[in-house]
Amino acid sequence: MNAVLATILKRLGLGLATLFVVSAIIFSSISMLPGDFGQAVLGQSATQETVAAFRKELGLDKPAVVRYFEWAGDVLQGDLGTSFSGRNASGQDRSRQVSDLVMPRLWNTLFLAGVTALIAVPLALFLGLTTALYRNSAYDRAVNAATLTTISTPEFFVAYILILVFASLWPVFPSLANVDASTALGERLYRVALPALTLTLVIVAHMMRMTRAAIINLLASPYIEMARLKGASRSEIILKHALPNAWAPIATVIAFNLAYLVVGVVVVEVVFVYPGIGQLMVDAVTSRDIPVVQACALIFAATYILLNLTADIIGIVTNPRLLHPR
Amino acid sequence: MSTEPVSKDRILLEMRDVRIDGFSDERWHQIIKGVNLTLRRGEILGLIGESGAGKSTLGKAAMGYTQPGCKLTGGSILFDGIDLVKASDAEKRRLWGTRIAYVAQSAAASFNPAHRLIDQTVEAATRRGIRPDAESRADAVQLFRALQLPKPETIGSRYPHQVSGGQLQRVMTAMAMSPRPDLIIFDEPTTALDVTTQVEVLSAMRNIVEEFNTAAIYITHDLAVVAQMADTIKVLRYGEEVEEAPTRQMLTEPKQAYTRSLWSVRALEKPEVKGDDIILSIDHVDAAYGPFKVLHDVNISIPRGRTVAVVGESGSGKSTTARVITGLLPPLSGSVIFNGEPLPAALKDRSKDQLQRIQMIYQMADTAMNPRQTVFDIIARPLEFYLGLKGKAREDRVVELLKMIELDESFMDRLPSELSGGQKQRICIARALAAEPDIIICDEVTSALDQIVQEGILKLLLRLQKEFNITYLFITHDIATVKAISDEIVVMFQGKVVEQGLKSEILSPPFPDYTQLLLSSVPEMDPDWLTNLLSARPDGP
Repeated sequence: MNAVLATILKRLGLGLATLFVVSAIIFSSISMLPGDFGQAVLGQSATQETVAAFRKELGLDKPAVVRYFEWAGDVLQGDLGTSFSGRNASGQDRSRQVSDLVMPRLWNTLFLAGVTALIAVPLALFLGLTTALYRNSAYDRAVNAATLTTISTPEFFVAYILILVFASLWPVFPSLANVDASTALGERLYRVALPALTLTLVIVAHMMRMTRAAIINLLASPYIEMARLKGASRSEIILKHALPNAWAPIATVIAFNLAYLVVGVVVVEVVFVYPGIGQLMVDAVTSRDIPVVQACALIFAATYILLNLTADIIGIVTNPRLLHPR
Repeated sequence: MSTEPVSKDRILLEMRDVRIDGFSDERWHQIIKGVNLTLRRGEILGLIGESGAGKSTLGKAAMGYTQPGCKLTGGSILFDGIDLVKASDAEKRRLWGTRIAYVAQSAAASFNPAHRLIDQTVEAATRRGIRPDAESRADAVQLFRALQLPKPETIGSRYPHQVSGGQLQRVMTAMAMSPRPDLIIFDEPTTALDVTTQVEVLSAMRNIVEEFNTAAIYITHDLAVVAQMADTIKVLRYGEEVEEAPTRQMLTEPKQAYTRSLWSVRALEKPEVKGDDIILSIDHVDAAYGPFKVLHDVNISIPRGRTVAVVGESGSGKSTTARVITGLLPPLSGSVIFNGEPLPAALKDRSKDQLQRIQMIYQMADTAMNPRQTVFDIIARPLEFYLGLKGKAREDRVVELLKMIELDESFMDRLPSELSGGQKQRICIARALAAEPDIIICDEVTSALDQIVQEGILKLLLRLQKEFNITYLFITHDIATVKAISDEIVVMFQGKVVEQGLKSEILSPPFPDYTQLLLSSVPEMDPDWLTNLLSARPDGP
């Protein structure tokens, strides 16, 4: 058990190191973005001196390395910095803390991702296991065809179809998912129904097909034949003999899709006008609001690293070879 | 299951004119061509034949099971009055694991890696409610004890990867025995084991089958093994019965020529020739994989034009020695001296000439060849790489090499997948020969082959040695192979050389303890061999 704990701690350390490297990549790639925040805010007519003064005020005149370590140091202390927007040429400063901008949006995104995951993961596992159980049956073919169709359709299109059906022709759900901090839980769930459904349709196919493949892959193993010759039924073979050996690949693909729910849903957010973190980042890129962009990118990276780490850990604790060494 | 005493004469299993088709190469082939089989209660039937004879398929058919890609096309299978051909899946499942049990060849692959041994052992009995789960678990411990497993109380709580292959095979026998079946199918249960382990497993299986008066079908390609186990032997070839007779009668007076040919395979024995011109010597070599030291002060010398056989169990360091010689594993200390000069330790430091002079042939011919290359590509490559042959000269030489290994030029365009096991190994021999080496290291080259094919390969190797004065270092765990081919023998145990000497010296007494154990463990074609051996060993197996 201690060996496993040591492995997990090692992975965690590696994850942190990765995050550090990623932060440097984020910072340098954003520095390389074309255009300049000072110029963008002050306009083409601003004189060189005004722009220079403005840059100095924001600290943009310092060398990139110095700025990186200042930023990284602040982030380590939980300070994501101050947004660039809200300032203008006349010297007014109505800028807000980045965390105040990002956190409510992040919460919204995690809420939508959580609701989707609660529907999609059990559904995908159920479909994956049942299609493996009844493989090559009509049911298997139908489920495969249906999920392939949903994954092959662009998500904005799925979203609009769902709006057409469930908001327009048969109005049971709202087409707009505009929520804010004061929205109650029940109301929130009601409003995110369509975006959650859209995302479910988008991610179920991948998880379901990988679950099915991981199980079927194992069905050719000698120990599965042995289980059959010991009189195990089909469902026992799938659930008791194949599934325990298939968790590692299944966890990996689930982690991948959950990460997508956090970092890749900007299109769905836009269609349903849902105030998530994806939209915030796109807006911040447009307005050259560097601290917000950096904060969002860092959160996305952390999400990927954390979810993949979880998948790795599941892979370790479900493998008796690692859990119980010789 | 029944508690009443059973008479040996009641017929338990009756198979009549069983026909099974298998699907391969895009079409159905008949693999069992109308075989009859009758088994009485408590009787053990040995099913013997080469690979591809259909032994396994027939054994599984006795359970009413055909593996994916096979189908039963005719005949009847009656198990204790139940028609297994007509029985539904659910009906067959009620028999499987309870009244008919199966013991597979590779225990390591046939145990589910995710569950503890005890859970898998009692699974079938518990599922059918033969007795309460707790009783089954207590019974399993008794079975583990009866099968002479170490720490029978706790071994069940281990996972499959935590115990050795021989132990797993015995746990699997316990698993089969747990529901007290009427019939057990043993499908080559000791083929993957070392001879010394095989003796223990065989005696454990035989005792327990006797104790519970269980009927069994014992499938194997090893005659000497089946002679210890079976009351009756049935010989199969190409899916047809060759003959069937009681074991003693079959061993002393086989009727069919084919059966006699199976018997005679082990008779090959090359007269030993002493050699003094040492071509290669391993000098005080220590080697390790990471922190695990596997070779301890190994000294071996190999005379030119002779065969030195290295014998020992798996894990004794035989293959590691080969890896040190080839440079794949540089030793921690010591050196390999070739033609009087030390070889560079690492492969990358050796010259092309040094590489050319030492060639290797592997156990698994399948994996030692690129499946996308034709036989021509495989043999022509060393001709070009070492000898710089091109065009017509190269092609002529490939044909010549094919002739040496007794294949004709029609094989040139074939892919490895289109060859039989013996042909594949011949191609590997041709590839090694192509480099015109001084010494060829043969690592268990015949272990994966049937007896008759083995004999062909060994004869070929001997002929080539005579013609080209090639030296062989022959790694094997099979004493019969050693007798057949070697001049000198090196016995290895736990990474150390126990002894080296001429074949006649090593194979005649007095023996060091380990050599004694190894030699006495090799099954002999005598039905009383195991019984005599066990009574001769004071402390049991």
